[in-house]
Amino acid sequence: MGDLAIFGFGQGGWGLALLQGAAMTLLVSACGLVIGSAIGGLVAWARLSGKLLAGGVGQAYAALFRGLPELLIVYFVYFGTSTLLTETAHALGHEGFVGVPSFAAGALAVGVISGAYQAEVFRAAYLAISRGELEAAVSVGMNRALLFRRIIAPQVLRFALPGLGNLWQVALKDSSLISVTGLTELMRISQVGAGSTHRPFAFYLGGAALYLVMTIATTRFFDVAEARATRGMRRAMG
Amino acid sequence: MDFDFITKTFVRLLAALPLTLSVWFLSVVLGGLIAAGVTWMRVSGVKPFEFFARAYVMVFRGTPLLIQLFVVYYGLASLPALRASFIWPFLRDAFNCAVLSLALCTAGYQAEIFRGALLAVPHGQVEAARACGMSRLLMFRRIIFPIAMRHALPAYSTEMISMVKSTALVSLITLWDVMSIALKIRNDTLVTYLPLILAGAIYFVVNYIIGAGFLALERRLSPHLRPRPS
Repeated sequence: MGDLAIFGFGQGGWGLALLQGAAMTLLVSACGLVIGSAIGGLVAWARLSGKLLAGGVGQAYAALFRGLPELLIVYFVYFGTSTLLTETAHALGHEGFVGVPSFAAGALAVGVISGAYQAEVFRAAYLAISRGELEAAVSVGMNRALLFRRIIAPQVLRFALPGLGNLWQVALKDSSLISVTGLTELMRISQVGAGSTHRPFAFYLGGAALYLVMTIATTRFFDVAEARATRGMRRAMG
Repeated sequence: MDFDFITKTFVRLLAALPLTLSVWFLSVVLGGLIAAGVTWMRVSGVKPFEFFARAYVMVFRGTPLLIQLFVVYYGLASLPALRASFIWPFLRDAFNCAVLSLALCTAGYQAEIFRGALLAVPHGQVEAARACGMSRLLMFRRIIFPIAMRHALPAYSTEMISMVKSTALVSLITLWDVMSIALKIRNDTLVTYLPLILAGAIYFVVNYIIGAGFLALERRLSPHLRPRPS
C-alpha cells in the first residue's frame, strides 16, 4: 500500500480510525478540563477562604499534584479506582475484578492534574479583581450569592481565560498518557495502526500532526474567546 | 502494613533513581544547547531562520512528548535507510533515544523562556553599553546575558521540574527508571497503592530539592531586589 493510502478512508485505510481517535482525545480532554475546573475552583476557594485548615489542604493539593509525574497520576487513578471498586464490589458479594471504564479514569486523571494548575489560575484571577468593586457591591447591599454571580464570577472568568487556554493545551497533551489504560484515543489508535501495518514512523508522525492541528485550531478558539471577553477593557499594552 | 516490604520496595525504587536523574540531566543540558541555537535563530532577524525557529517551537510544544518519544524510538528504528546509516548504533539504544527525544522537546520550551528573557532586557541598558563602546560579544557577556538569566530563572526552574516529571515516560520505551520499577513491583506483588506512593514520594522530593535549589540561586543572584534590612 502506498504511503498516503494507509491514511485514506477506503479499504484498509486508517483515516477514519485516526479521526475517531482524535475526537475521543478532544472529548476526554474536554471532560478532564471541566473536572479540573470543579477541583480548581474548590481548591482556589479553600486557599482564599483565609481559614488555616482549608488553606493548608488547598495548598497541599496544589503542591502535591504539580510535583508528581503525570504518568504516575494516570496509573494511580486508574489502578486506584479499579482496586477501590473491586474491593467495594467484594464487600457487596460480587466476585472477580471490576475495572473502572478507562474513559472515566482518564478524564478523572487529567482533571486531577489540571485542577492543581487551574486552582492557581483561578486564585490569581480572583486577586486581580479590584478591591473597590467588591466593597462597592457590599455597600449597595448585595448578599454573597449575588456578589459572586454579578461581580466575582464574570471577572474571574475573564481574567482566567488566558491561563485556561494554556491549561487546555496541557490537558490535550496529557490525554495522550491515557493510552496506557487502553482508551482508544489518538495515541492508542496510532499505536494500534503502527503495530498492525508495521509502519510506526508514518503512524506516529501522522498522529503527531493531528495533535498539532488540534492544538493550533483550539488555540485560535481561545484567542477569539479572549478577545470577546475583554472587548470592553482598556489595557496597558497591545 | 508489612514494614519489610516497604523497605525492600523503597530500596529497589531508589536503585533506579540514578537512571531517572541521568536521563533528566543529560536531556536538560542537551536541550539547553539546542534551545540556545533556536533562540539565536529566532532573534537573528534572518527570515528563514526565524521561520524555522517558530516552526520548531510550535511543533515540539504543540504535540505530546509521548508521541515524540515514540516517533524517535519506534518510528526512526523502523526506517531501513536509518538502520543502515552511521547513527544507527546510537539510536539503537533506548537510553539515547530517551535523552534525544526529551532534549528536543524541552528545547522548544526553553527557547521560549530564553526569548522572553531576552525581550525583558531594558533597551536603555543596551544603548548605554553601546555608548560605552562595548563590542557585541562583550555587551552580550556583561549586560544582556546576566540580566536575561535572572529574568529566565523562575520559568526555567518550572521547566526543570516539569522535565523530572517527563522522565517517567521513558518507562514506556523499555527503560528501567523509577516509574517502571514501581509498575513492575505492582505487577509482581499485586499491591496497588504502595509502590506508586513510594515512587511518587521519590519524585516529589527530587522536585522539591530542585525547586529549592533554584529559589536559593534566584535569591543569591538578585540581592538588589531584596528589602533593605531594617
